[in-house]
Amino acid sequence: MVEVTLWGSLGAAAGGQSKLDIEAKDIRELFRKLSEQYPAFEPLIDRGIAVAIDGTIYRDTWSKKLPPGAEIFLLPRLAGG
Amino acid sequence: MNFDPRYSGRNFSSVGTRPIRPDGVDKVTGRARYGADFNMAGQLVGRVLRSPHAHAVIRKIDTSKAEKLAGVKAVITAADLPDLTDGDAAMFDILDNCMARTKALYDGHAVAAVAAIDARTARQALKLIEVDYEVLPHVTDVDEAMKHSAPLINDAIFTEGLEEKPVKPSNVCKRTQYGHGDVHQGFAQADMIIERSFKTEQTHQGYIEPHACVASVNPDGTADLWVCTQGHFVYRQHCAQLLGLEASKLRVTSSEIGGGFGGKTHVWAEPVALALSRKAGRPVKLVMTRDEVFRASGPTSATSIDVKIGAKKDGTITAAEATLRYSCGPYAGMWAEIGAMTAFACYRLENVKTVGYEVLVNRPKTAAYRAPSAPMAAFAVESAVDELAKEIGIDPVDFRIKNAAQEGTRASYGPVYGPIGIGPTLEAVKNHPHMKAPLGTNQGRGMACGFWFNFGGQTCTDLNIGMDGSVSLAVGTVDVGGSRASLSLVAAEELGIDYAHVKAIVADTSSLGYNDMTDGSRGTFSSSMATISAARNAIKILRERAAQMWDISVDDVVWEKGHAVAKGEKHGNLGKLSLKEIAAQSGKTGGPIAGHSELVADGAGVSFATHICDIEVDPETGSTRVIRYTVVQDAGKAVHPTYVEGQYQGGAAQGIGWALNEEYIYGKDGRLQNPGFLDYRIPVCSDLPMIDTQILEIPNPNHPYGVRGVGETSIVPPLAAIANAVSNAVGVRMSHIPMSPPRILAALEAERERFSR
Repeated sequence: MVEVTLWGSLGAAAGGQSKLDIEAKDIRELFRKLSEQYPAFEPLIDRGIAVAIDGTIYRDTWSKKLPPGAEIFLLPRLAGG
Repeated sequence: MNFDPRYSGRNFSSVGTRPIRPDGVDKVTGRARYGADFNMAGQLVGRVLRSPHAHAVIRKIDTSKAEKLAGVKAVITAADLPDLTDGDAAMFDILDNCMARTKALYDGHAVAAVAAIDARTARQALKLIEVDYEVLPHVTDVDEAMKHSAPLINDAIFTEGLEEKPVKPSNVCKRTQYGHGDVHQGFAQADMIIERSFKTEQTHQGYIEPHACVASVNPDGTADLWVCTQGHFVYRQHCAQLLGLEASKLRVTSSEIGGGFGGKTHVWAEPVALALSRKAGRPVKLVMTRDEVFRASGPTSATSIDVKIGAKKDGTITAAEATLRYSCGPYAGMWAEIGAMTAFACYRLENVKTVGYEVLVNRPKTAAYRAPSAPMAAFAVESAVDELAKEIGIDPVDFRIKNAAQEGTRASYGPVYGPIGIGPTLEAVKNHPHMKAPLGTNQGRGMACGFWFNFGGQTCTDLNIGMDGSVSLAVGTVDVGGSRASLSLVAAEELGIDYAHVKAIVADTSSLGYNDMTDGSRGTFSSSMATISAARNAIKILRERAAQMWDISVDDVVWEKGHAVAKGEKHGNLGKLSLKEIAAQSGKTGGPIAGHSELVADGAGVSFATHICDIEVDPETGSTRVIRYTVVQDAGKAVHPTYVEGQYQGGAAQGIGWALNEEYIYGKDGRLQNPGFLDYRIPVCSDLPMIDTQILEIPNPNHPYGVRGVGETSIVPPLAAIANAVSNAVGVRMSHIPMSPPRILAALEAERERFSR
């Protein structure tokens, strides 16, 4: 079980909640559980969500493990210049 | 990954040196081949017909007269670009922006295009196209667009991010919020509170090279696209989807790039050129004119920002709040969200809240511009921080040092920071001789901080070793700021050979696996990660070959300083084998030697900068002159310091123009009044002082060399550093960017009136 913090526009997809408890061992499972429990997440996941694990941001790495007790933030995917 | 990406401190031989830039001679002598320099036999000239209206229904387009004109080979409208986006809203926006379908949404929106035997014929053909418009009310100002009475731009847009799903469409396409703690409680603890509003006008990246491409579609469904771009793989993906081509059948070759800065991360002309070529059955060259670049590519957001910051008498910030409204053109964007994330990223705050509103306007579709959204947010925040420091009576640098984010700080946008450079840049500024230089009459000094995320992403490289021991490195990230030189240095470092023996090229889309866009300052970070991986793969093979040549176990061979060395006493009689010697025998030991890497480069480290600006203001004319400018920024590791300095200076130069001169000016008719460099004034050499730079190196813990992206952060501080300098020079706080002479004169006059009462 990991505690996931949703920031920016992502909280609205979870009915306004900013923190969720999700049973997931890696990013892929996290996304799957999220879209199962909150269907509004599916288009957001397709669009691209960045995952911050203890401060390091991952963009495309489904296999990244979510260590127990890690601080997990979901952020919208950004564009650069 | 096949190697540990974490930082390991080491002494470098090649990385960190300053070899002469390999692209310099070609660029200054005119030999470099840019997008418009490519030509194909039998190519046609493409031209686009653009809406003169800011907002209008396209009732009918009659192209029959144009099609009859001798020399015209193809005319297209939206009918020639059917919707193949399969419900993908972002792709549909790109499609509609390249060729309007039902409505023209801004002055300059493409409504048709022609391909003809020459430019004159093409221009004539455009005049023969008859478009029946129903002109609608328009809105071009971000605050005006938010009003309930504003004309609705897109009836498919419902505000995202609200607690209750809206039932009516709106020009506000998204609300987004960041922060932690309790700002109300924080402000209650404050001894001093500053509350201010700021506006910034829309600006263009100002790249010298307009968008240019040559497209050639063949009857068998294959196609070629030669284009100036920041990401040719993404262009392939988008163009293939919009045209209904298989991606592997569309080969995209990137040219040398004459600037991009985020403006060449979107397709503008390329799908149109491909559609024209397909219809005509001949290659089509489409080069945007300068006014088209201004009217129909992607400038920044215009913004309207409110900032409120509270602090105690001892200088501790107790709460910070910002509301940020960003225009995004007529299609959904995410620019306000990025502004909300970056606004207070430099600070260690217990109570912080930022709310962003993305607002549709009848202007061209916004694109990224170096650290997109961060400069405007920083302008508002850093201006207020400076003013608050003065109210409290603390030196502005010391005030920032006291409140600066550090390792372990929760960023205002959520994650906790690892090792970061904001504190070190502030200390460096505090100790810099610039801060002690004397100032004259009507001269002022300002400073400000900036932040940018930096990105990683999908990245591939191929490293091939020739029979003569030379090394070819094929990368897929477009070189926008010296990455070929930097990546060659990395390859030389890893292999232990001389930099002169490495040649890096940017490969086309058929020669390498998929690479993400060169944006977010990811080019050097990601491709250096991939290059390290590829080189280490090659070294593994080199060790195997050396073992074969010596007829010993590969476990007894190590790679040291460009040589295979047999370790252990039993191999004492064996000398070293150089890469060149191993390569010469490669045909006998298993064939060509290469290292490949296909990875996702994660862990891009954030970057911070602090700038110092001295400015002189002429109180009679309102004109300004930047007399001294210094950039201090954290590079993680400067792979090629000369290029890093160039990025610092370039960001500062563009920021200076943004702060003092540049703005899109729209008339009441919704049309752009200054679509050219004569009237859209960017700084030239005579407008700028020599820009001093100081490179700090706080290693990124997620890269073997500690590399951070460097290309964007230094556009973030200038707006506020200059506003703070102007304030210190003549005593007026400028809250509207650009601080052009008329605005400064108006502010001075208002101040004189205030004093005379």
